[in-house]
Amino acid sequence: MSMSGIGAPVRRKEDFRFITGKGHYTDDINRPGQAHAVFLRSPHAHATINRIDASAALKMPGVLAVFTGDDLAADKVGGLICGWMIHSKDGSPMKAGAHPALAQGKVRYVGDHVAVVIADTYAQAREAAEKIVVDYTVLPAVTDMNAAVKPGAPVVHDVASDNTVYNWHLGDKAATDAAFAKAKHVTKLDIVNNRLVPNAMEPRAAVGDYDFGADSFTLYTTSQNPHVARLVLSAFIGIAPEHKLRVIAPDVGGGFGSKIFIYAEETVCVWASKKVGRPVKWTADRTEAFLADAHGRDHITHAELALDDKGKILGLRVNTKANLGAYLSTFSSSVPTYLYAPLLSGQYDIPAIYAEVDGIYTTTAPVDAYRGAGRPEATFVVERLMEVAAREIGVDPAQFRKKNFVTKFPHQTPVIMCYDAGDYNASLEKALEMADYKNVGKRKRESAKKGLLRGVGISAYIEACGIAPSAAVGSLGAGVGLWESAEVRVNPIGTVEILTGSHSHGQGHETTFAQLVSSRLGVPIDNVSIVHGDTDKVQMGMGTYGSRSGAVGMSAIVKALDKIEAKAKKVAAYVLEASDADIEFKDGKFSVKGTDKSVDFPSVALQAYIAHKFNGQDLEPGLKESAFWDPTNFTFPAGVHICELEIDPQTGVTRIDRWTAVDDFGEIINPMIVEGQVHGGIAQGIGQALCEGAVYNKDGQLLTASYMDYTMPRADDVPSYNVGMTQTRCPSNPLGIKGCGEAGAIAAPPAVVNALTDALGHENVPMPATPHAVWRAAQSTIAKQAAE
Amino acid sequence: MPVVSMTVNGKAVSADVDPRTLLVQYLRENLRLTGTHVGCDTSQCGACVVHVNGAAIKSCTALAVALEGANVTTIEGLAQGGKLHPMQEAFRENHGLQCGFCTPGMIMSAVDIVNRKGNKLEEKLIREELEGNICRCTGYHNIVKAISAGAEAMGG
Repeated sequence: MSMSGIGAPVRRKEDFRFITGKGHYTDDINRPGQAHAVFLRSPHAHATINRIDASAALKMPGVLAVFTGDDLAADKVGGLICGWMIHSKDGSPMKAGAHPALAQGKVRYVGDHVAVVIADTYAQAREAAEKIVVDYTVLPAVTDMNAAVKPGAPVVHDVASDNTVYNWHLGDKAATDAAFAKAKHVTKLDIVNNRLVPNAMEPRAAVGDYDFGADSFTLYTTSQNPHVARLVLSAFIGIAPEHKLRVIAPDVGGGFGSKIFIYAEETVCVWASKKVGRPVKWTADRTEAFLADAHGRDHITHAELALDDKGKILGLRVNTKANLGAYLSTFSSSVPTYLYAPLLSGQYDIPAIYAEVDGIYTTTAPVDAYRGAGRPEATFVVERLMEVAAREIGVDPAQFRKKNFVTKFPHQTPVIMCYDAGDYNASLEKALEMADYKNVGKRKRESAKKGLLRGVGISAYIEACGIAPSAAVGSLGAGVGLWESAEVRVNPIGTVEILTGSHSHGQGHETTFAQLVSSRLGVPIDNVSIVHGDTDKVQMGMGTYGSRSGAVGMSAIVKALDKIEAKAKKVAAYVLEASDADIEFKDGKFSVKGTDKSVDFPSVALQAYIAHKFNGQDLEPGLKESAFWDPTNFTFPAGVHICELEIDPQTGVTRIDRWTAVDDFGEIINPMIVEGQVHGGIAQGIGQALCEGAVYNKDGQLLTASYMDYTMPRADDVPSYNVGMTQTRCPSNPLGIKGCGEAGAIAAPPAVVNALTDALGHENVPMPATPHAVWRAAQSTIAKQAAE
Repeated sequence: MPVVSMTVNGKAVSADVDPRTLLVQYLRENLRLTGTHVGCDTSQCGACVVHVNGAAIKSCTALAVALEGANVTTIEGLAQGGKLHPMQEAFRENHGLQCGFCTPGMIMSAVDIVNRKGNKLEEKLIREELEGNICRCTGYHNIVKAISAGAEAMGG
């Protein structure tokens, strides 16, 4: 392994600009003559709009325009879309209500977009927005899913009179019922997976800029997938054809899913730049991010696990209600369906599974993918059930898992997925060892002496990443293919530019992708640059989400590098006056087999461009290749996380004492970056379990709309993490990579809750397990102990 | 509009500003020092931390007009003579950043912690002192390591 090659913990190339304050985030971009947009948002969760009077706002200093939904409609600007079709059990298509970028006649959640004010300065736009008079008729709100599906509930969209977007199912109901009929033991659990707000630290932002001379638009925006944004803005919303619309996603300050989607604000900014004839900039404040970024999770589930008399799993039955909010966001329909139920087999050999999922409209912010997207919800169901079942039948939870692990690969689950490679025992064994699991009883007694309750919780997660084979997702309803593209441009002096459809917003692609290229071509890592996030530079690509940039994005680079090597060998053959079949390429050098004749990579690059040594009709000059990689399967990262914590029953304060993570991500390019991804995911998972929860009151007001009210995990809420790896190579891509971006957020919540419930001696503690919730739960533990 | 003058990163600066201009707006919009970020509206996240007269403050919570004559250091002014500050080096070396958005505020807070608490910092103290800085990417693990290493390096 070289110092900068595959497997080396290379320090990040992108860091210099970030540690010196020289990053270029969207809000750092200012275009000449730019105006500022402020959105007037609905203060009501549900209301009809009778009239919007902007006359006073238009008279305010600096105001250029006020636009409403009628202006967008008059310009034939289409609504926002949901790009994944889900069909209900009866075969009917999902009921998608219209989603205009600015409300037309009705608002459906607090924060919904009513109008936009554009003015010379931000302060002027904000002041003018306060002068807009909107005549609303307030309608009853419905934020609770069970209430939303009751007869007589307020109807969010007329197209779905029972507020149900779909009644979807997966698996074999008859086989699962039969499994339960012969079960010796059935474990039943009711689960609430709390609603979260993604909270990337950089708020969303957009600058729209129309060029009258070229009749073309440029949109700078905080996107994880600028090409997908351009596709949607062009083909569906109709801002401009793709060749007249450039989308640039510069440095992006975290995404976690929330910056996949195509939202109202960027749509309006780019459209309005032509209307007002000036660039239009908008940057969300944090409360806007809380109100109008797509939220995550928010499931209510009843689940049952059937066991035989030997503790082997016979079947799993799951019924879930998923809150989709007031509108279907870009990929929202897929999250509680195809990103959820196919993971319900966990790491286990389960003969029969049946899952039913109802997608529900409520008068709340749209809910879509947030780090893990469906897979954390599935893992929470499976790993809570496993823990509770083990406790109920009196078996050690680790041993119970082991007994039911999938051990032979490939393994076809009853819910679509075919696991290709893994060694679940290896991860569990290593995690138990690292966590000193065998001595946990001793540590519990020591805690008890101090009046503290200690608990340990295991979570053995699996995820489906490397999203995804295009034909497969197409058959499941996806409106797009999920391949990735790459272009490798070798310059005449042998430096290399990689243009990738993946987008880095914290993942460190500028380093890992360069490590791959450096290893493969034998060029110094500093001679490789990674270009991403600009639709005018990079050919069509699909972007970054679902832990796909390594497994899919880098596979496309490998494919393009294969073509570069093949072409360069032909050039080298001319230079070395040999047959190209006799050329070998190793360590950056082309040589003729069995001779000492060789030429280095930069010299071959130069020869490819000057084209003096070969006939340009026989071999094209130049050294540039592109490739599209379409995966053949999902990848299946898996691992075991173990949380050990102490509760103070007098205060309800939970302190995580140790965290052990053992993950199998397949091959790893940069272990430092991979571990960093694990750390961040765990903190988000701990956040879900202990701190975070988006709360709407019954009127539909978001009570947690700032950092004063929504608890983001701070440094002293989380521990240091003990991270280990096991490795089975992924067989479905050339690098053997499985992906690591979401693992921590998927694994962590059940590990925490299993530890809390172990400490408390009962299963009744909600997420987020705030000190108040834990204190209440601990009181029944204390009462029970006293009674004994 | 009042003219506000101060010293920013060693340079005398002056600008005509709306009296309600916040220090962070003065830095980002008037001086185009965009390394100082805004991540929230409630002085919780710490992405906007700068040093004023040697002490860390949240620049989203100070009016520019209140800082007439102040000596301000931002993330852009931390490296001296083309050489990174030891805390900047420590963040890079320990992978203490991912998306980079909270990083300027983290580094400015970290330097302030060392200035107040010295060069030998316990993990627990670092975690408590970071109460006013939120990071969503790193899970804090490597930030804590970076600050510990940076503190030692600042001691020479």
